[in-house]
Amino acid sequence: MANERINKIEVPEDRFEMRLSGSGGQGMILGAVIMAEAIGSTGEKNTVQTQSYGPEARGGASKADVVVSSNEIFYPKAMKFDLLLAMTQEALDAYYPDLKENGILIVDDTLVTKVPTDKHYGLPFTQLAREEAGHVMVANVIALAAIAELTGIVSREALTETVLGRAPRGTEEKNKKALEIGFREAAKLKK
Amino acid sequence: MAQKKRVLMLGNLACVHGAIYAGMRFYAGYPITPSTEIAEGCARELPRIGGRFIQMEDEIGSIAAVVGASIAGLKAMTATSGPGYSLMVENIGYAYMTETPCVIVNVQRGGPSTGLPTKVSQSDTMQARWGPHGDFTAITVAPSTISDTVSETIRAFNLAERFRTPVTVLLDEVMGHMREIITLPEPGEIEVLERVRPTCPPEEFVPFERTPNLVTPMPRYGDGYRYIVTGLTHDQMGFTTNKPEEITPKLDKLRNKIENYKEEIIKLRVEMMEDAEIAFVSYGSVSRTAFQAIDIARKAGVKVGGVQLYTIWPFPDKELAELCNRCNKVIVAELNMGQIVNEVRRVLPPDVSIHSLRRYDGEILTPMQLLEKLEEVL
Amino acid sequence: MATAVKQKSDVILQYLRPHKKMPSVWCAGCGNGIIMSAIIRAVDKLGYSKDEVVMVSGIGCSSRMPIYLDFNALHTTHGRALGFATGVKFARPDLKVIVITGDGDALAIGGNHFIHACRRNIDITTILINNAIYGMTGGQGSPATPSGAFSTTTPYGNVEKHFEPCELARAAGATYVGRTTVYHATQMEKMIAGGLAHSGFAFIEAISNCQTYFGRLNRKGDAVAMIKSFKENAVMLGKAKKMSEEELEGKIVIGTLYRTEKTEFCDEYQRVIDSLQGGK
Repeated sequence: MANERINKIEVPEDRFEMRLSGSGGQGMILGAVIMAEAIGSTGEKNTVQTQSYGPEARGGASKADVVVSSNEIFYPKAMKFDLLLAMTQEALDAYYPDLKENGILIVDDTLVTKVPTDKHYGLPFTQLAREEAGHVMVANVIALAAIAELTGIVSREALTETVLGRAPRGTEEKNKKALEIGFREAAKLKK
Repeated sequence: MAQKKRVLMLGNLACVHGAIYAGMRFYAGYPITPSTEIAEGCARELPRIGGRFIQMEDEIGSIAAVVGASIAGLKAMTATSGPGYSLMVENIGYAYMTETPCVIVNVQRGGPSTGLPTKVSQSDTMQARWGPHGDFTAITVAPSTISDTVSETIRAFNLAERFRTPVTVLLDEVMGHMREIITLPEPGEIEVLERVRPTCPPEEFVPFERTPNLVTPMPRYGDGYRYIVTGLTHDQMGFTTNKPEEITPKLDKLRNKIENYKEEIIKLRVEMMEDAEIAFVSYGSVSRTAFQAIDIARKAGVKVGGVQLYTIWPFPDKELAELCNRCNKVIVAELNMGQIVNEVRRVLPPDVSIHSLRRYDGEILTPMQLLEKLEEVL
Repeated sequence: MATAVKQKSDVILQYLRPHKKMPSVWCAGCGNGIIMSAIIRAVDKLGYSKDEVVMVSGIGCSSRMPIYLDFNALHTTHGRALGFATGVKFARPDLKVIVITGDGDALAIGGNHFIHACRRNIDITTILINNAIYGMTGGQGSPATPSGAFSTTTPYGNVEKHFEPCELARAAGATYVGRTTVYHATQMEKMIAGGLAHSGFAFIEAISNCQTYFGRLNRKGDAVAMIKSFKENAVMLGKAKKMSEEELEGKIVIGTLYRTEKTEFCDEYQRVIDSLQGGK
């Protein structure tokens, strides 16, 4: 019965798939929107952003995807992640199985304690947001900066422009600070 | 020429953008998930350009106001989902009968009843065709990308004006809430059709005249053509009638003004069908899954192609039969219990084996599900 | 006197739709004709052109009126006239919009649209022809059928309470509210003219006779007897204010019951448009 030709199929290489996951209120959807906009509006690549709506948006698990490609993007959701951001243990447990073998795993080690692999980046996004940036709300922005720094998928400048373009008036400084923290801490990990 | 600006746009807001581009200046609606961003977008944007937005007391009032505004002279739209569309159908029928151009957007969610407000579905496909009671021919378009959502909304307005009929835009939760990088059309880049107005003196005006193309020029209120608009079956003058010799031509007009010009309405995307032995037929968000699966399967050497129905209604009987002529097998993939598959069965030759891939658990079909089905039927 | 009557009917004839084959669907003696002529005289007196008047109705006996009159006619679905009329008026505030509705149309199936049109204070003049029964479908009870009254769906007497449409309109936000009867044709004409001239939602309850169903089922006599009873039971508002609740039992209080000035919906929205466009 099984058709050998189809069984061997891999997710097309022209797609870069990101899943940002955490709990409701951690800004995962907004994070994905910013990432899709920063990559797509400043560069040549196409981006599609999707999320799960519903009760998740008000607490519980929350996930949002960004798919990036130089070609037309067909299926809009992430299938096998090239990058997974997990802001909670629950999110990591739920989505780690779909991370590609050589996919990049970034976790918030303020809240994630058990990581099933050594090959990952851990940064205390929530703690850094609370203690250094001045508000826990910007943990997602620190994480976005870290993703930019670790993957090079988007330039520091493009990300900064998009974040500040979407930041509510009066929060620009906090967001700038959050970006700086994310770039700085991620740069340390790269060494 | 300066490079066009690339913007990340939400599907529901792309619909608003397309509508305004097409000349929509009136929106009436009622909040309902997952279509609400369309109402919110119109509330923000319309007064800025001198247009009008009103939040009505329910969906029944919303479509009533839209039809009233259109007859008064403005291009008008409403958007809703599931239960809201069900509430609208009586007055959508009124729009068919009175030949009133308007656009109704249904951002589909799971049903029946309140169902799954935040989950995707394509189970209103038949409702878009047969929602209101009575006989008429419906036009329904279904985009699958955010860029398409802009252009298909414009096309919906053009078709509504061209044929003097309501046109349904079928989106779904995935389409409505997806964001995608697009470049917006410049003014003038996409053709926008305006309503044909009568030019004869009012005393010679026949408000529902059976013109050669069966579409009668439509005046605005206040222009001197005082005529009757009624949902009762009426003669060419607009007077209500019970005469069989008037009833049949009126209903034929509703049908034939569209059926006779199907080629102006049918729009398909056809990929890899030249040598295809097997084809996916799909529409809306599922077409994205289908083209993904085709892309993957082609790389593995499977001779598979795909047809996407941008126009669902009227159904592309002839076109689909011709396209699938050389296929032995067709898989119809949709997010319902099998609605369009029966239309495909109706139009394809009996020697083509037709398979139905359905999903109705609130999630979109994945490429892997399509590939598994492909493997099963190969 | 004879000349005056002739002139009056000349005015009426000017406003009847050309080519319409009469008679109307209305029974001989129906009050709808009196109301239609009061509307014509009010429009004529105000000097509106036929082109600028849009008459919108739903379904029911009274809702056939737009078909007979030479205005822009919008004969819509049951209960929804005010939804359609809201679209017409909001799209084209320059037009004069009159809604003709019945007690079943406005108070039962169309109740939601009715209260919200009042609430918005949109400049529509609504004339509710209240004959306390569904005439077109053959005499069923409506939300205006009095308790105890007989209809084909209340064969043992109505066990429900009825609506007071004017109180409902006022409570919902209408800014011009009046009640009259088909006996009081001159008052009706003035009240309709007042409603049309008023900027905002004007609501006029025109008490009418359905001798065919309500009259027959409730032994109220023929059209003449019913219209006479309106004369006998009507009390002008000024007089009614001095009467006790017991004295008012079974009476019909007529007159302009309520009138106030509030910002009109389309004007208010235009201010939003102007502020946004002026800001450019």
